[in-house]
Order: sequence, then structure tokens, then C-alpha cells
Amino acid sequence: MKNRQTDKQLIKNIAITIIIFIIVESLLYGGLLSRQFRSLLIPVCINVILAVSLNLTTGFLGELTLGHAGFMSVGAYTGALVTLNMNLPMAIEFPVALFAGGIAAAIFGVIIGVPVLRLRGDYLAIVTLAFGEIIKSIINSMKITNGAMGLSGIELHANYKHFAYVFALTVITIFAIKNMVHSRQGRAVCAIRDNYIAAEAVGISVSRFKVMAFVVAAFFAGIAGVIYSHNVGTLKPTTFDYNKSIEILVIVVLGGMGSIRGSVIAAIILTVLPELLRSADEFRMLLYAIVLIVMMIFNSSQIKQRILSSEILSRLRRVKKEA
Amino acid sequence: MALLEVKNLGISFGGLRAVDDFNISIEKGCLYGLIGPNGAGKTTVFNMLTGVYLPTDGSIILDGNNVVGKNPAQICQSGIARTFQNIRLFGKMSVLDNVKVALHNEYSYSLGSGILHLNKYKKTETAMNERALEILKVFDMNEQAHILSSNLPYGKQRKLEIARALATNPKLLLLDEPAAGMNPNETAELMDTISLIRDKFDITILLIEHDMKLVSGICEQLTVLNFGMVLTTGTPEAVLNDPEVVTAYLGE
Repeated sequence: MKNRQTDKQLIKNIAITIIIFIIVESLLYGGLLSRQFRSLLIPVCINVILAVSLNLTTGFLGELTLGHAGFMSVGAYTGALVTLNMNLPMAIEFPVALFAGGIAAAIFGVIIGVPVLRLRGDYLAIVTLAFGEIIKSIINSMKITNGAMGLSGIELHANYKHFAYVFALTVITIFAIKNMVHSRQGRAVCAIRDNYIAAEAVGISVSRFKVMAFVVAAFFAGIAGVIYSHNVGTLKPTTFDYNKSIEILVIVVLGGMGSIRGSVIAAIILTVLPELLRSADEFRMLLYAIVLIVMMIFNSSQIKQRILSSEILSRLRRVKKEA
Repeated sequence: MALLEVKNLGISFGGLRAVDDFNISIEKGCLYGLIGPNGAGKTTVFNMLTGVYLPTDGSIILDGNNVVGKNPAQICQSGIARTFQNIRLFGKMSVLDNVKVALHNEYSYSLGSGILHLNKYKKTETAMNERALEILKVFDMNEQAHILSSNLPYGKQRKLEIARALATNPKLLLLDEPAAGMNPNETAELMDTISLIRDKFDITILLIEHDMKLVSGICEQLTVLNFGMVLTTGTPEAVLNDPEVVTAYLGE
């Protein structure tokens, strides 16, 4: 019975994914999207991947990490260097870059994950912040990354023309993280969040699963980085400072800690919103901040709960079920 | 040979000798009670048995193997499970998931098959669900399997903690004040449950308790701890009538 239920859920998820894809593709090829919004497609996907992966450490493991941009930059530079030094067709080059970027970021996930195992809460947050800055400084001073000048002329393997690939990668990320959370390993991670002493007492190796969460999150942040570098074409170390990390964290908090769907929706809203507000000119960032505050209040207030549990919605749901 | 053999166990926190020369020998299948006034070191003993504290000296032999120096997760895997004095559930997880977390080492599949939902994942998860529900049924909680564990009433939370500990398939179960905060009816029910699980799961139980009715009702052996030292050991009748115990703990 349980299996049939999950299968139904799976079919529903796949259907939603395909519908979204068809809508976006038809908008894109029907010429209905302005240049402005067309250029936002890939950044939305990048932010979705970043937010969903950060949610694994922040929402599910319950540890505040402020160095996600660091992992992203490792992936971005590794991927960029792969494509810059390989002259192969995109079909080979880009997957190799993605893989290399993900693995490189994952290795950094281990390097950072192991020493911070003993830290929790605020201390961990500060240390991850510092690690992000260290990665930035290292990139800034290395020859291969071309220092502060950054890399340029990276082939645009991930611009809007290749939306299908990027969309697929985003979907894969969401499914992978979602499935991980509902697996034996994911339960262990959530148990550590809820009570690490009890988790240890029922035989879960806390350090092992903490590192696992860090590594998986870093891997996907690396993937996002590779997409970013092949979308923009140029890389500068300053792009990946702590502001970027905070930006991702804001998405996760707004979407709700431990809610993957929330992360996805928040990532879309918070990426598109600044562009929508462009007409407000100098008040843009002010409005953005106000909208952010209002959304945060709305999200944690009773209003949302009431709307979600209101008559109309539940009736709608019932109708749907009967249909 | 006894299932648990503790010899000369002791721990110092700086200059404070919290537990000194603690000896206990628990036969397989026994229901053993550890009692004593507040601050006597009962929970400290539990923390040493489960690897939370590293004893300063002494040995803990479980089924012939010394477990001193192992971490809590390893000790759990070698067969000692516990509950906590202040309830420690996984509050944001469902009742079923709380038990399934404890089944972690009993059922296994790789992260890859979990992410890809391979056959192994589906089979193992189904088996885990069945096993978890079976354990919950013993506590009459299978109906509440999908409730968030923090939403359970207090008595049920205590039971869930026991169910979770049992799910790790222990040889020895340590219960730290299982009846704390329960009314007489709930305590009576709990006594039945404790005896029941001892027989049903074929395990040995060591419990800390202040409720003398529970202790004298179900325990077969008692050890009294006072100021970190063993005052006396014996059957409940003998121990509870011992004048020394009466002065130190029960009151005249």
C-alpha cells in the first residue's frame, strides 16, 4: 500500500516537472520572454540548486553554515579551468566540467567538514564564514585562477539556449536531496539535528553523517558553481564573498528550514524579484528589503497557517481527491 | 557468566570523586534496579555504561567484551541501549521515524540506492516499516505512528523512548527514571509494560527509579548507591529493610 502511494507521488512529481518544463520552453521559443527574463532562467536554476543543497546542512542537519559560496566558487573555477583547457565538443566537455567541479567542491566539503565536527551553532557558523573567505583569498592569490583579474572567455555552455540541460540538472538535484532526506542516511542526519545525544545513543555515528551532509551539500554547490561560470563566461573571486553565502541563506530561511519545496519557491521569487523591481529605480533595493521583511513576517505568522488550513483550500483539496 | 560485569568502576571530575569502586553483576534476563538519593551518581553510572563519560578506572564487561573506551554509538551497537531522564526524542520527526532511526544499524542500504530508489531501498524500507510498527504495537502506539513525536502526551513520549531503545535490538536496556512525572495509574501500566518487554524481547533490564512501589514490584535485584559508593546489594525485601538504606535514602 505504502509503495503504491509513493509511486503515485512520484508520477505526480514527474508530471509537474514536465509541465513546468514545457511551459518555460514554449515561452522561451515562442519569443514571449523578454531578454531580461530570458537571462534570469539560468540564475533561477543556479539559486534553486544552491538553496536546496544548503538546506541539507542548514535545514536538515540543523547547522548554520555561512560558507556555501566558497563551495560554489571551488566548483565554478574548477569547471571553468576544465573547459578552458580542453578543446572538446560541449557534449563531452561540459559533463566533465560538472563532474570535476562537483568533486572538487566535495573534497573541500570534507576538508571543512572534518575540523568543524566538534563545533556547533554560532561557532560553526563563524568558522564556515572564515573558510569561505579563505577559499576566496586562495583563489585571489593563485596563478592558475588568474588572481583578482579572474578568468574570462569561458565558453557559454549554460546560457539560456541550453536551458534543458540546466533544468534537468536542477531537477536531478532536487530529487537527489529529497530522496536522500527520506533515506536511512537522511533520517540519521535529521536525528542529529533533533537531538545528537539521543542519535548517538541509538547507534548513529554523528561525525560520519555530519560530514556526509556537508559533502553532499558541497557537491551540489560545486555543480551550481560550474553552471554559473558557464552561464556568465567570466569569473572573479569577489563574486563569491560572504554576501553570496548570506543571499543563499536568506532563500533557505525564507523558504523554510527543512522544506525543499519552500527553498525552490523562495529561490525563484528572490531571484526574479530584484528584476521586477527594476522599474522602481533608486528605490529598488529598499523595496526589495521591505518585501523581504514582509515575506518573513508572513511566513512565520498565523496568517499563512490560517490560509493553508482554511475552508476553501481544504474544499479544493477534497474536490481534487474525488476527481 | 553474567551478562554485565562491572568491576571497580570509578570516575573523577577534577577533584570530585563522583562514583567510586562501583561493582555490579547482572545475570541475563534479570530485572535489576539501581536506587539511591539524588546526586548519588546513578545517572553518572549510566553515562559510563553507555560511553558518554569515560571512566577513570574500572572495567565494564558486556557478554565477555570490555566496552570501556568505545563511543556511545559503538556501545549501542555492541548491545546496550538506554532512555534518558529528561526525554530526548527526535521532536521534529514522526513517531515511526523515531523508531526507524534506531533501526539504522539493523537494516542497511547504501546512500546511492537511497537516492536512486533502487529495489534494495524499497525492500529494506518496507521491512523497516513493518518492524517499527511491530515494536510500536507492543506499546499500543501503532495508531499514532504518523504523529509528530513532540505532539505526543508525556506518558507516550516516555514509552516511545523505550520503544526506540528496543529497536536497536539491545542485550541490555537501561531505563533512567522511566516513571518520572507519571501518575499512579500510568506507573502501574508502565510496570506491566516493562515486565512484558523483558519477556517478549528476551532482554535484561537495569533501571533507575525513585518510585519504591515500582522498584519493589518488578525488580528482582537491587543495588543502592549513596555518595558515589555502593551501600548494599540484594533482593528488594532485604535491601529496602536494611537499616542503613532506610537512614540514607528512604527515611525513618
